[in-house]
Amino acid sequence: MSFSEEPLLYIGVNLAKIIIVTHVVLVVCAYAVLAERKVSAWMQDRVGPNRVGYFGLLQPIADALKFFFKEDIVPGHVNKALFVLAPAIALMPSLIVLAVIPIAPPVVVMGHTVPMVIADLDIGILFLFAISSLAVYGVVLAGWASNSKYPLLGGVRASAQMISYELMLGLSVVGIFMATGTLRLMDIVNLQVDGVWNCFYHPIAFIIFVIAAFAETNRLPFDLPEAETELVAGYHTEYGSMKFAMFFIGEYAAMFGFSALVAVLFLGGWDIPFMSSETFASLGNWGAVVGFISFMTKVLAFMFLYIWVRWTIPRFRYDQLMNLGWKVLLPIALVNVIITGLFNLPKGS
Amino acid sequence: MTDSRVLDVEIHEDRHSENMMINMGPQHPSTHGVLRLVLELDGEEVLKCWPDIGFLHRAKEKIGETLSWHQFIPYTDRLDYLAPLANNVAYALACEKLMDIKAPPRAEAIRVICAELARISAHLLGLGAYAMDLGAMTMFLWTFREREEIYTLIERICGARFTTSYTRIGGVERDLPDDFFPKLEKFVKNFPDRVDEYEGMLSSNKIWHVRTKDVGVISKELALGLGLTGPNLRGSGIDYDTRKAHPYSGYEKYEFDVPIGSVGDCYDRYLCRIEEMRQSTRILAQVLDTIPSGPYMNREGEEQLKQVLPDKEKVLTNMEALIHQFMVATDSISAPEGEVYFAHENPKGELGFFLRSKGDLHADRLRIRGPSFANLQVLEEIVPGHMVSDVMAILGSIDFVMGECDR
Repeated sequence: MSFSEEPLLYIGVNLAKIIIVTHVVLVVCAYAVLAERKVSAWMQDRVGPNRVGYFGLLQPIADALKFFFKEDIVPGHVNKALFVLAPAIALMPSLIVLAVIPIAPPVVVMGHTVPMVIADLDIGILFLFAISSLAVYGVVLAGWASNSKYPLLGGVRASAQMISYELMLGLSVVGIFMATGTLRLMDIVNLQVDGVWNCFYHPIAFIIFVIAAFAETNRLPFDLPEAETELVAGYHTEYGSMKFAMFFIGEYAAMFGFSALVAVLFLGGWDIPFMSSETFASLGNWGAVVGFISFMTKVLAFMFLYIWVRWTIPRFRYDQLMNLGWKVLLPIALVNVIITGLFNLPKGS
Repeated sequence: MTDSRVLDVEIHEDRHSENMMINMGPQHPSTHGVLRLVLELDGEEVLKCWPDIGFLHRAKEKIGETLSWHQFIPYTDRLDYLAPLANNVAYALACEKLMDIKAPPRAEAIRVICAELARISAHLLGLGAYAMDLGAMTMFLWTFREREEIYTLIERICGARFTTSYTRIGGVERDLPDDFFPKLEKFVKNFPDRVDEYEGMLSSNKIWHVRTKDVGVISKELALGLGLTGPNLRGSGIDYDTRKAHPYSGYEKYEFDVPIGSVGDCYDRYLCRIEEMRQSTRILAQVLDTIPSGPYMNREGEEQLKQVLPDKEKVLTNMEALIHQFMVATDSISAPEGEVYFAHENPKGELGFFLRSKGDLHADRLRIRGPSFANLQVLEEIVPGHMVSDVMAILGSIDFVMGECDR
């Protein structure tokens, strides 16, 4: 199915996919906040939210309502245009990157094969890195536009941290492209479904990617831009109500995005061990359902890792973070690229 | 300058300066209480640090000059509000030194229990807040889990959980209930495992090491020169503990070690506190084995009887005792002329009470030597040259409490 053949159907199906994916992700984000609170409570011998709904299950709705009804304050000393724009810039990239992430094997609807990805780009991974690196603008602009000292420090930290770790992120996956010869995420998943997961082929790249993903999403031990005990609240100190909520959703959406990316690049996407693409195809549309469940399980497990780490370890210092990035991870990532290149020499020649 | 609260620093509001003046506190999340630091930053590096204290000043020393000797006890609760029991013990011992009264052996043992429970509780909070400031939030709630147990024990001791006011001149307010001992025994048995748990969380954590090792080093000379006491002094490698140097309240009977640091950095101070909690548990176990029976208040001799509160049972049944209680409680007791200084090893350091009496019903001068006040002096010396994040490590490792710093 393509745009030139059946334009209306193509637009309709894609709109449906966009709406479904966005809403599913936003709901997952809302419940990730609840999960964060429940898991941290469980780790700390507390009960956690349990007043709103059974087991606190309506807590995200209560939180959202609270954010909506808070007064929207714009302090007098800020740069108004950028101050209002920053939360949007922080949130949008984390939602846009979801467009290229394949979530399940293709489904067949009324004789048409529909790929389970919004935009099956040939340069999917490049698009993804290009968009996700825009998120740093949201944080930096928020810090700068607030015209206040603590947010400024947070914004400066964010720009240095996120740009440095962007590099490790990119370098760590270079090996995968060399081995697979494609930048298309669908192909990378398909190769893993019929072969071995990339985390076994590229273990070093996997570890570097995971570390860089923590830094990119500003989560502990790399939450320096918003280190609440150092910079009060970092770049979002001056923000309140829904604008603060957008930073908040942006953080969890970014967590979701990176978890999905880890699943797709390293953990086989929708693959289940000992199942090949023929097995999925033989199951028909049920194969897509099974694949989607498998994919979501991996994503949620990785999000649990995010939460687990956050409530376990202390935070790095600014210079230590930079040292780790430039002096440890970057050389390892470069060496890893070279080694992967040597292993793949015969294939190329 | 009309406003005496204006900090005496030359703040250059130079718009062309590359440096940034930043106001940390008094409402900053990690200047616990109301400490204010004015920092001059070059990027992330601190060039200068001006600590500003006094936001919690309540004129306790002046109040002490107008209240009777007994009436000041509740005020001591609010000095180091993380270890009110230890403050009560310190004040009672200072008064007894002035009035030449000696508490009976059982009261002494009870006071040791109080002081050590308070030490554990204060160190737990210090450790939890320290770890939380460096980002390990879970530690904070773990230590509060154990503090909750200690509060329950304290509730059994004196009925209150926080504002204890438990000691009286000549003894303690009431005897320990029988069911207290098995509870304390259970706590003493379980607590060392919990300390191991904290160590598993922090001592074996690489990030914790890089954040605290060689950060905020206090040299021996600096520590002595600024009058540091408690774990901060011992962390710098100086073996001084009032409990060993000038034993009081029967501390000479108990066997315990005083942990000493070697480098004087934030990590050493952390290790000292961890070990002190273990040693306090050890002391508690010994007190449990050896606590004598007998009176909890010294009511021997005619002279003595005029100084101390009578038995509550007798007050309710005996006319003389009722009058006596009334006299002590309202008219107060007079202390002989003279002046004393008594130093108590509080969790944060040496808590000293200087009392001068002119033979009145109240103190002529009551001066409190708060350990946090002396300990905070070190900030100006050691903070410059560190990163902003290190300020949190240093503040956490100094473990101050503004209630006793500002008094």
